[in-house]
Amino acid sequence: MKPERANCSSRRIVFLLLFVLAALFTRPTAGSPPQNNSKEELLVLAGEMGHPGGRLVVALRAEPKTLNPLIALDAPSREVIGAMQADLVHINRATQLTEPALAKSWKISPDGLRYTLVLRSGLKFSDGYPLDADDVLFTFRVYLDEKVHAPQRDLLLFDGKPLSLRKTDSQTIVFQLPKPYGVAERMFDGWAILPKHLLEKPYEEGKIAQLGALATRPNEWAGLGPFRLKEYVAGQRLVLERNPYFWKADEKGNRLPYLNELVFLFVPSADAQVLRFQSGETDVISRLGAENFSVLSRQEGNYTMVDAGPGFEYNFLFFNLSDPTEKTPAEIVQRQKWFREAKFRQAVSAAIDREAIVRLVYQGRGAPLWGLVTPGNRRWQDEKLPHPPRSLDRARTLLKEAGFSWTSASDGEITLLDSGGKPVEFSVVTSSSNADRAKMATLIQDDLKQLGMRVAVVPLEFRSLLDRVTQTKEYDACVLGMVSPDADPNVDVNVWLSRGGTHLWNPSQAHPATPWEAEIDRLIDEQMYARTFEQRKKLYDRAQELLREYQPMIFLASPDILTGAKKSVGNFRPAVLEPYVLWNVEQLYLKNDAVNATR
Amino acid sequence: MRGRRAISGWLVVLVALHACVLFAGFFAPYDPTEQDRGRPYLPPMRLHFLDNRGHFHARPFAYALKLAEGSFDQYEEDTRRALPLKFMVRGANYRLLGLLPSRLHLFGAENERIYLLGSDAYGRDQLSRFLYGGRVSLFAGLLGAGVTVLLGLCVGAAAGYYGGWRDDLLMRLAELFLALPWLYLLFALRAFLPLAVGPLEAFFLIVAVLGAVGWARLARLVRGVVLSAKERDFVRAARGFGATDGYLLRRHILPATSSVLLTQAAILVPQFILAEMTLSFLGLGVPEPVPSWGNLLSSLQQYSVLVSYWWMYLPALIMLPFFLGYLGLGSELQERAEPYKIER
Repeated sequence: MKPERANCSSRRIVFLLLFVLAALFTRPTAGSPPQNNSKEELLVLAGEMGHPGGRLVVALRAEPKTLNPLIALDAPSREVIGAMQADLVHINRATQLTEPALAKSWKISPDGLRYTLVLRSGLKFSDGYPLDADDVLFTFRVYLDEKVHAPQRDLLLFDGKPLSLRKTDSQTIVFQLPKPYGVAERMFDGWAILPKHLLEKPYEEGKIAQLGALATRPNEWAGLGPFRLKEYVAGQRLVLERNPYFWKADEKGNRLPYLNELVFLFVPSADAQVLRFQSGETDVISRLGAENFSVLSRQEGNYTMVDAGPGFEYNFLFFNLSDPTEKTPAEIVQRQKWFREAKFRQAVSAAIDREAIVRLVYQGRGAPLWGLVTPGNRRWQDEKLPHPPRSLDRARTLLKEAGFSWTSASDGEITLLDSGGKPVEFSVVTSSSNADRAKMATLIQDDLKQLGMRVAVVPLEFRSLLDRVTQTKEYDACVLGMVSPDADPNVDVNVWLSRGGTHLWNPSQAHPATPWEAEIDRLIDEQMYARTFEQRKKLYDRAQELLREYQPMIFLASPDILTGAKKSVGNFRPAVLEPYVLWNVEQLYLKNDAVNATR
Repeated sequence: MRGRRAISGWLVVLVALHACVLFAGFFAPYDPTEQDRGRPYLPPMRLHFLDNRGHFHARPFAYALKLAEGSFDQYEEDTRRALPLKFMVRGANYRLLGLLPSRLHLFGAENERIYLLGSDAYGRDQLSRFLYGGRVSLFAGLLGAGVTVLLGLCVGAAAGYYGGWRDDLLMRLAELFLALPWLYLLFALRAFLPLAVGPLEAFFLIVAVLGAVGWARLARLVRGVVLSAKERDFVRAARGFGATDGYLLRRHILPATSSVLLTQAAILVPQFILAEMTLSFLGLGVPEPVPSWGNLLSSLQQYSVLVSYWWMYLPALIMLPFFLGYLGLGSELQERAEPYKIER
């Protein structure tokens, strides 16, 4: 269909014309896709030239829950959906910058309110059905629909007001924002464009959230990603096949992806994944722990192991600063008096040996942390943030200033006492399924023993831990970790803002409990709507400095992203952003001899 | 009197082993919680009598180990620094049997720590951890097995001997206990308890949980034995002569259950030490940094530890004599306690 240039005033005529054109061009037989005669504008990628064919096998920690991007929350689902769907503007996981995807270009109006995106021409879904602006309008209508409960919906609201969009022609979409937004075109990353021709009917029937089960038949599902659904064997594997309509090509003009098939195996434990990789059953491996990484690096195999450097995971210790209710046990209320003392938290932070954590927990494959932004986030890291070395003297001075004192027993053991003469004892909860964090807690326990604090480490099953931290709030302190899915600070706002659900030390507050939390709220809100990167960075740095000053979260360390691949996998360039090894899955290929071997 | 001698033999072995564990403070060279952060996963130091120039030394010594350049866990022997093994040295504070403060240790080295069983992920001495860990595990295991046996014996004997509705009631109760989803009950228990459980509380908690979980199976076994024993001729004869229930149980029936009880007890102790590992995982076990055998074994659950650090298996190996001791003693006692062998 040729784009029609017509005035909006004569909408009726356009409609009529469209109708006539549609009648002319579409075949009357139902089910067969309409033809798209416009020339295809393929996106050309630089990189090693590969060979077509072959199959890549990857292990997933669990079976994905769904293929439906509207409801996917778990990591395995997101990983699979990432290979099957595409977004308008994409963040290159290696450069951490935006690049054109389905939209070949975009323009932002000077007031920062209007984004005009132009779609590539000749785009087709994986079932051969052409894509136009209507699919984009439909997609955002669904994401914005409250009844669908898309988890990402909040990201499209600005002070509670949704963005609006309209198309000017079949390839041009205008997004209208209620407020300028600092994230700019990055906000389009991750919004999978949905096929209107398949989903409109279920949507109108209110059944869209039930779609996308793994057992969906391949011809009932389509996306714009490099791969499409082929086969699902419950409990074992999910097989994707090459999308023949994919819109990227290599420099010689060969259409990507190179691979014929992408197979996801469900391998529940990390150790089992290592064994599968060692035995050659899987071709690439990611999310490796440092111990397993060094086991694989030490043993000679036909694979290469790559340490991609510090990632976006931050691990931290925090104290329970929530407001006590009548149900809170009296001991916790008593201990919160210490925790609320900023100098107490600063002393704890000064006493923690972060270098030891990096060495003993991550075998040196990580970075010590003093702020929420990890060294892996090159653009947003605050270089001015001080990195004080561990100092027990400083910790003791701070505690003394805060009114604490010490007694020592006959056998030389010292005990820290608060101003009321009570010994300082508290517990730190960690997830019993995460060995790394349990190790950190044990190291912290020993560090704080030297200050005379008696710390008990309590491993809890993860769900009961979350319940204690966010619901009942019956805990003293906790070691936890989070991963930012993107380099932009916007993804962590719920940690920063006092009203956020993951503002862990005191979540979902009605009003900021302290002046510094109010100040952080202001800075974070302001940077969200600031226009330039420099302005945002300045505000964000200031927020980080406040966090460092008051230490509600005591940052510990960030692990490196550790990956590996068979030597036969070409274009293997792991990134520190998720998905670590599959971000350039369309460019991955198997070197010649390997293609034959897998057949 | 071969049997009696064998029993005292086994007893001597067990007493000696338990003494090592009881006097852990003296036999262990270091404080089991002390971290040596520069030396994680240090392999066991080898004791030498000959130095690298071939000279003989009457006092055994080890060479200091240092981290290989740029490595996290690879060590090389530093042959310029010999660490002679010293006996009766002064070291970390401890209380002998929990009472007597002391600083005397069986052995050690000057200025430098000596690791005969290697070190764990935090650079803690594995030998010290093993000895101290035994205090918790061995006695929790023993006490737990004792509770289980006692409960199982009482319930099983009552059910088997009295029969009728009592039998039905007790056995249905036992079946109920066997069918309970213990893992979820333990989760619930965890939620009820205060967050931080001290080592002593943890100890009694483990004993109570183990005893509560284990008794039902044993009770069913005992009941079966009692059922068959009470129908035997000499029991009927004794009853005919007017023996009381108490006399019959004491003199004729309970002795018949001894073989089941002893073998069960000998199996239960090692089983309970492993069960303690599961409890630790649920936050019900012995908390870090206090060592226990379950904690020592749990590091073996990681693949990387299994393939990289062979000395982490050593605690499991050293536990064997303890378990063998129990089994040996159990079987000898069983032979002695069965005056009338049941012929088939």
